[in-house]
Amino acid sequence: MARLPKTVIDPIIDQNPIAVQILGICSALAVTTSLTTALTMSLAVIAVLVTGNLIISLIRNHIPTSIRLIIQIVIIASFVIVVDQLLQAFAFGISQRLSIFVSLIVTNCLVLGRAEAFAMRNPVGPSLLDALGNGFGYAVVLLIVGAIRELFGSGTLLGTQVLPLTTEGGWYPGLSLMLLAPSAFFILGILIWAIRSVRRAQVEPNEYPPAAEAREARS
Amino acid sequence: MTELFLRAVFADNLILSFFLGVCTFLAISKRVETAAGLAIALTVVQSISIPLNYLVLEYLLSAGSWAWLGLPDVDLGFLKLIAFIGVIAAMVQILEMVLERYVPALFRSMGIYLPLITVNCAILGGSLFMAERQYDLAESFVFGLGSGIGWGLAIVALAAIRERLRYADIPAGLRGLGIAFIVTGLMSMGFTAFGVVQAP
Repeated sequence: MARLPKTVIDPIIDQNPIAVQILGICSALAVTTSLTTALTMSLAVIAVLVTGNLIISLIRNHIPTSIRLIIQIVIIASFVIVVDQLLQAFAFGISQRLSIFVSLIVTNCLVLGRAEAFAMRNPVGPSLLDALGNGFGYAVVLLIVGAIRELFGSGTLLGTQVLPLTTEGGWYPGLSLMLLAPSAFFILGILIWAIRSVRRAQVEPNEYPPAAEAREARS
Repeated sequence: MTELFLRAVFADNLILSFFLGVCTFLAISKRVETAAGLAIALTVVQSISIPLNYLVLEYLLSAGSWAWLGLPDVDLGFLKLIAFIGVIAAMVQILEMVLERYVPALFRSMGIYLPLITVNCAILGGSLFMAERQYDLAESFVFGLGSGIGWGLAIVALAAIRERLRYADIPAGLRGLGIAFIVTGLMSMGFTAFGVVQAP
C-alpha cells in the first residue's frame, strides 16, 4: 500500500506530464489566457482522465489487443462529448471561450497515453490514483501559466482586479504580449528551465558536446 | 479565397497561434528531412480530410439533413467528434494503401509519418474549426491546404533552427525541450507580424 500515494504525488513534479513527459501540450497553451479558462480546462481534463482510466481499467481484460486503440479512443471521445455538453448546458460563456479545445481533449496525448501506458495494465484502484495524479500535474502547470498570463496581461486574477490598469486610472500598464500566443511558449520554456534547475536529474544530456569537453570526457 | 489562404498559412497558423499539433511539432523537429516528410504528409491529409468532414457534417450530421427520410427533427451534431475521428483514421488508412499501390516511392518516404498523423490534434482541430466557422466546401479545401502548408512551414523552420542550435552553448536546464519552447515563442512573434499581410 505504501506505493499507492506515490502514483499520485510523482506526476505532480517529478514526472509532470507536461514538463517532463511532454504530453498534452497542445491544449495546455491555448486555454491559459485567463485563470478561469485554465481552471475549467483542468477540471475537464481531470474528469475525462479519471472516468476514462476507470472504464478502460475495468474492461482491460476483455479488450482485444489488435483494436485496443480504437476502443480507447471511442471511450475517451464519449466522455469528452459528455463533458462538452455539460459545459454548454451549465457554463455557456466559458464553453464559448474554450472554443474547440474541450473537444480536442480527445487527441490530447495525455489521456490516451495514460490509458495505454497505465490503465491497460493495472487494476482499477491504482489506475484511478494514476489518473488523479497526472490530472493534478497537468492542472498545476496550467494554473501557474494561466495565473501569470492573466495577472500580467490584464491585471486580474479570476476576474477580480489585482493590479489597477492605467486605462482605469490605476498605475499598471497592461502587458498585452501576455495575452498573445508567444508568451505561452516563453512561460512554459522558462518553467521547464526552473524545474530542471531544481531537479538536476531531468536535464537532457548534451548530444553534441564541444570538442574540448568531449576530449576531457573521453580521457 | 486568397485572403483565407494567407490567413490560414500565416496569421492563423495552427501551431504558432492556436497551439495545435505542438506535441508532434516538438518531437519530430530535430532534423530538416524528417520534418519536411511529416509536413508534406500532414498537408495532404489536411486538405483531403477537412472537405471530407465538411460533407459528413453537412449531409449526415447537421440538423435537418435526414429530412428526406421523413425525420426532420433528427440532429446528430453531438456525434461530430466521433465521426471526425473515424473519418480521419479511415482516410489515413486508405491513403496509405493507395500510396503503397500506386506511388511506392512516395509511400516509403512518408509512410512512417502517416499513422502518427491520426493522433495529431492539428488535423482534428482543423476539422473542428471548419465546423465552428461554418466554411463551405471550397473554403474548407482552401483552409485545409493553407493550414497544412502553414504547419509544415513552421515545423521545417524549427527543425532548421534546431540543427543550427546543436553547437550553441545553452544553459544545462534549457537544453532540448526548454530552448525549443523559447525558439517557438520567438517564431510565433515573427508570424504575428504576418498578420498584416493582405491579398493584393
